[in-house]
Amino acid sequence: MNPKFYRSHVLVCTGTGCVSSGASNVRDNLEAKLEEFGLQDEIKIVETGCHGFCEQGPIVIVYPEGVFYCQVQTDDITDIVEDHLLKGRVVDRLLYTEQGTEIRIPAYSDIDFYKKQHRIVLGNCGRINPESIKEYIAVNGYEACGKALTEMTPEEVIAEIKGSGLRGRGGAGFPTGLKWELTRQSPGEKKYVICNADEGDPGAFMDRSLLEGDPHRIIEGMIIAAYAIGADEGYIYVRAEYPLAIRRLEIALQQAREYGLLGEDIFGSGFNFDLKIKKGAGAFVCGEETALMASIEGQRGMPRPKPPFPSVSGLWGKPTNINNVETYGNVPDIMRGGAEAYRAIGTEHSTGTKVFALTGKINNTGLVEVPMGMSLKEIIYDIGGGVSDGRELKAVQIGGPSGGCIPADLLDLPIDYESLREVGAMMGSGGMVVMDDTTCMVDVARFFLKFTQSESCGKCTPCREGTKRMLEILDRLCSGEGREGDLELLEELGEHIISTSLCQLGGSAPNPVLSTLKYFRAEYEAHIKDKRCPANVCAGMAAPYVIDEALCIGCTACVRVCPTGAISGERKKPHIIHPQVCISCGICASKCPVHAIAQG
Amino acid sequence: MKSLEELRKLRAELEKEISTRNSEGKPKIIIGMGTCGIAAGARDILQAVTKEVRKRNLDVNISQTGCIGMCEQEPLLDVQLPGQDRITYGKVTAGDVERIVVEHLINGNAVKDLAIARLEEGGI
Repeated sequence: MNPKFYRSHVLVCTGTGCVSSGASNVRDNLEAKLEEFGLQDEIKIVETGCHGFCEQGPIVIVYPEGVFYCQVQTDDITDIVEDHLLKGRVVDRLLYTEQGTEIRIPAYSDIDFYKKQHRIVLGNCGRINPESIKEYIAVNGYEACGKALTEMTPEEVIAEIKGSGLRGRGGAGFPTGLKWELTRQSPGEKKYVICNADEGDPGAFMDRSLLEGDPHRIIEGMIIAAYAIGADEGYIYVRAEYPLAIRRLEIALQQAREYGLLGEDIFGSGFNFDLKIKKGAGAFVCGEETALMASIEGQRGMPRPKPPFPSVSGLWGKPTNINNVETYGNVPDIMRGGAEAYRAIGTEHSTGTKVFALTGKINNTGLVEVPMGMSLKEIIYDIGGGVSDGRELKAVQIGGPSGGCIPADLLDLPIDYESLREVGAMMGSGGMVVMDDTTCMVDVARFFLKFTQSESCGKCTPCREGTKRMLEILDRLCSGEGREGDLELLEELGEHIISTSLCQLGGSAPNPVLSTLKYFRAEYEAHIKDKRCPANVCAGMAAPYVIDEALCIGCTACVRVCPTGAISGERKKPHIIHPQVCISCGICASKCPVHAIAQG
Repeated sequence: MKSLEELRKLRAELEKEISTRNSEGKPKIIIGMGTCGIAAGARDILQAVTKEVRKRNLDVNISQTGCIGMCEQEPLLDVQLPGQDRITYGKVTAGDVERIVVEHLINGNAVKDLAIARLEEGGI
């Protein structure tokens, strides 16, 4: 007897992305419909984490066929239940259609977005119920941890991780095995492991998705790390604005304790370990390890000089190993499949995969995991489906506020730690913002610098004062008051801030400015010399809007919305915009029913 | 969790709970759910199959198909064991389901008196 057998499993994504596009109602309606048709004993609903294809949410997958339904709304459930679940007829209209084609694709694995991905860390996301430890165990969960604790010495575990070539996925790329070894070798009875889930980059959401979609993977990775370095206590530092991630982590921790995977004498090995969640208030600087530890200790989240490094003196002065969510997420697979197999993925010095959050002007917004060394072009065009609205790619911003902009002509760049650093960007946590030709690079630099400037903790002068001065210059460039010498001043300030800041917040804050200056200097110069914003973004410098008299029907819709009263004309006759009054805000163009207004 | 063995034993049990999500290399039972099949009582057959599979703790993939043109013989039920020909049973009753499952699916012998067609492996 197998009371748990269901002839069909319906997986409903309840990651944050799908929930915000209505997945909770979809789920509830599905439950109601299954009961209405008397199918509740034959068909099981499984809530899963994020599939990464957030653009297409809410996502519903029906097994055993593995049919992938996208953008499912509450009303669509009737068809799925009546046609598919009852009669086995696939609901064609809900299938995914590849960009620019009419072909509907039923199977998950045949969609371009997934074909080129290599999902290790995200392997279980969207495939298992993150609130069920049973499903995690059923897909080989905790096997790696069991193997490490019962069959390997801590030194052997460290050797395996070192051999895999795994590097920190938080951005800097420090070799993980070496970090573990340094912490293990530090003298001291009491040691800690910490998971840095203080994800703060605008546009990055891989840590959140991973914690929401597969929390046990992170717990397992941390147990292995704790065993390797000799820690009996650990913390997961996650920001309070990730309520779903926290809830699922709490459930996962509770289950792991019930199953004896956390607590005393795990796997009968004599090894004890337990984990706590520490909710952060959301300061960006707390992603910096020393600030993060200060925050756990109950102090104000501010960095301190290094050395001493956390591996020597970390949390409460004890040797501490701190890694990013994604880094821990790789550990179970390395231990299970072996270092050799892991090394085979990626490039020589950047092994394995990296998760990127694809956002901005791209067709397939979402979370993707690709082997290191894949070119930007493949990620953006083959997986991401290209730039939205058929516009031209201008640049890709990688690494968030600490990263840089890579221009379109470097699209063949293979993505790994070294190549990104060479072009002035960095891996960061893996945000990838795609920008088209309507983006002003000066404005972009200003956006990111504004973010880091307001998140600067204020402890050290270069970051506190320097970023402020840089921002002032960018503000004046964007408002048409740039002066000769501003660009040189930006570069000089940027270099000083990088070399003298206390922590990497300041140490990387100028990157977005310096990299755009490097690749888009002409655009900066146009702001100063011609008082012109080539992308028509910066208010006050953009070209004024003009009405095409041949198209204008005189409906006055534009007149009513213009904030400066720049438009005049008789009803039912062509109107005109007065260029001296127009501030190029574009509201009129967005309201015009006949598309008669465009920038001149 | 006191040993790795314990985990592995538990996993062997738990794998069955999610085996529906994996169809590779598994025996298949396919039920004709076209209008003709439904009119002839295919829904009862589908329920009976699910019940039987659950009762006997089998790892089987149950799916449906549309009308294949043998409406006269509905309800139709196909069994396909990995690497073997697909056998079609016709005019199946809920009472026949247990026999088909035991004799064909478990013991590997097609139920000759109920079988009406054979599709070669790799056929439609």
